[in-house]
Amino acid sequence: MLQQRTVTSWGNVRKGRHLTAAPAFRDDVPAAVAALVGAGNGLLPYGLGRSYGDSCLNVGGGLIETTRLDRVLAFDTEAGILRAEAGLSLDALHRITVPRGWFVPVTPGTRFVTLGGAVANDVHGKNHHLAGSFGCHVRRLALRRSDGTLMECGPDCETGLFRATIGGLGLTGLIESVEITLVPLASAEVEVENIPFDRLEAFFDLSADSADWPYTVAWVDCLARPPHLGRGIFSRGRPAADGPLTATPPGRPLTMPLEAPSGLINGLTVRAFNALYYRRPGARYCGRSHFQPFFYPLDGILRWNRMYGAAGFYQYQCVVPPDTARTAVPRLLDAISRAGEASFLAVLKTFGDVPPPGLLSFPGPGTTLALDFPNRGRSTLRLMTALDDIVRKAGGRLYPAKDARMPADLFRSGYPQWRAFAEYRDPAFASDLWRRVGAV
Amino acid sequence: MSGETVLILGATSAIAERFARLRAADGDRLLLVGRDAGRLDAIATDLKARGADPATATLALDLAAPAEGFAAAFAAMTAALGGHVDVVLVAYGQLGDAAVTTADADPAAVVDLLTVNMTSACAWASVAAAHMERRGRGTIAAIGSVAGDRGRRSNYVYGAAKGGLALFMEGLAHRFAGTAVRVVTVKPGFVDTPMTAGMAKGGPLWATPDAVAADIDRAIAKGRPVLYTPWFWRIIMTIIRALPRPIFNRMKI
Repeated sequence: MLQQRTVTSWGNVRKGRHLTAAPAFRDDVPAAVAALVGAGNGLLPYGLGRSYGDSCLNVGGGLIETTRLDRVLAFDTEAGILRAEAGLSLDALHRITVPRGWFVPVTPGTRFVTLGGAVANDVHGKNHHLAGSFGCHVRRLALRRSDGTLMECGPDCETGLFRATIGGLGLTGLIESVEITLVPLASAEVEVENIPFDRLEAFFDLSADSADWPYTVAWVDCLARPPHLGRGIFSRGRPAADGPLTATPPGRPLTMPLEAPSGLINGLTVRAFNALYYRRPGARYCGRSHFQPFFYPLDGILRWNRMYGAAGFYQYQCVVPPDTARTAVPRLLDAISRAGEASFLAVLKTFGDVPPPGLLSFPGPGTTLALDFPNRGRSTLRLMTALDDIVRKAGGRLYPAKDARMPADLFRSGYPQWRAFAEYRDPAFASDLWRRVGAV
Repeated sequence: MSGETVLILGATSAIAERFARLRAADGDRLLLVGRDAGRLDAIATDLKARGADPATATLALDLAAPAEGFAAAFAAMTAALGGHVDVVLVAYGQLGDAAVTTADADPAAVVDLLTVNMTSACAWASVAAAHMERRGRGTIAAIGSVAGDRGRRSNYVYGAAKGGLALFMEGLAHRFAGTAVRVVTVKPGFVDTPMTAGMAKGGPLWATPDAVAADIDRAIAKGRPVLYTPWFWRIIMTIIRALPRPIFNRMKI
């Protein structure tokens, strides 16, 4: 039942041997958990492996793979309430719910995440300012602890364990099933407006002006220097009132067939790409799009992470509070563009003030910045250390799902409830990230 | 091909479940047969959420040795599908323990493996054939294996069973040639499922159950007599079958 294999995370920087179990039915789960507990080096749930760094790895220990647990347990098509096994991906979920007029209340930038992963990382999307994070819409979840018990938790039962499990990075036990409230959908299309802006202040103004748009996000050219520091494209959308209810747009996604040579992503290619992206015909755009390219632009190229070559890449995502955002974000962008550590477009978004549902929820009031850095070793790590200083001084925090290297002090200052969380952690569950930032 | 009735024998297997999802999306009415009632119910609930006809149902029995006999059990299944079966997929199987090919082999284990993978599967195909012949149409599909194409030291008991099943299916196909009854033999290679949990996985020869199920769905729609899935196994097995014995005997496969 157990198998030794090398597992890597999405950034391809962290990888290692794991003892894995892949239960196919929920009745297999207790034995799989017991076997990994018995092996003695801890265990961690693993879904579709879209976490970028080491929050989804437990090198030298156990992983319990969840993607075979992907069945719908109940779908009330009148009320829009769906309960499913935790390994169901949002992609598969939408193929079931979209034709019947229902959509997930919150979606991250990839549809290849499992329900369990969406809960464990309390993922956010372009509608955070109105809808909050994924955990705000979870009605119930069933959690298998290492002692074999199955806990049913929700906003109204086992609330402490529930709040620890939302954003709990898989450390409170194995989420076996999740019940969420969906939102009605009249059409699979989104009405989109893309507005280019040539400096950062314009981003904050556009965000404030677009507060009634359900979906907002901006792409920023992080190589642009003053006076164009923070130039980018602001994108806002709302569900169309009519149109077909198709789960997928026409056409097939491409697959990145092989790892690219590591040098492909360099200052020159990224500068050229960003300049073209900023000036592309669709930069100023007003029209309709299927929800897939709108929410999941990178999912159009399966395995796009191979673009960064064998050395892999880091992603850096932080949130800084509203009162420091207008000074901290320009500092971050300035440091990034000065370093010239080529990164594709950075993503910038203003979060809303919905109270975070989890003890370790990442999204919270403020502005979030996310961007990739190809792994060039020391210089890349140095830049991120410099960014850490800006985030720390601004009272911000980093997103564990994206992280492979944040220092423990930054985790602890960013997540002041981490000690309360540690009380709920299942003693047999562990991850590389937790050993780095949480273990005492 | 919406609104057909589909009988799946061994419905808790990973490939069968993926195939059932494709038919569920078409709105078909399925009967899921296997040993484990709880698992069958979980799958049926999921399939209905995915669009299967609400009359989709389950039946728990021992497919290798149905208590009431094959003909009576098949009649009950037909009744549970509303009186007729458009498609039968014989999907259950067991890889068996490596010990059955060693000096310690328990002959009873050899018989059991042949019973599960061949004898009972042929019996189901046989009663299904009688049903299809009476109706004058329908599709009988069975999952064999590339392992059935040539006897190899590592798993010849399983291979013999799957090879025997394939020969039986070939005979059925011959019997129904020129009629509207289709007979499809599926020969998958390595598939990443719980059945192959003991094997080292990864690499280009391994396929997902989703990909194999999609191939089976197309082969059934087209009535292809023999499906190798993924397709490259047709080439690999042509070569392996053609290897002269002195060379073959030196291979540790």
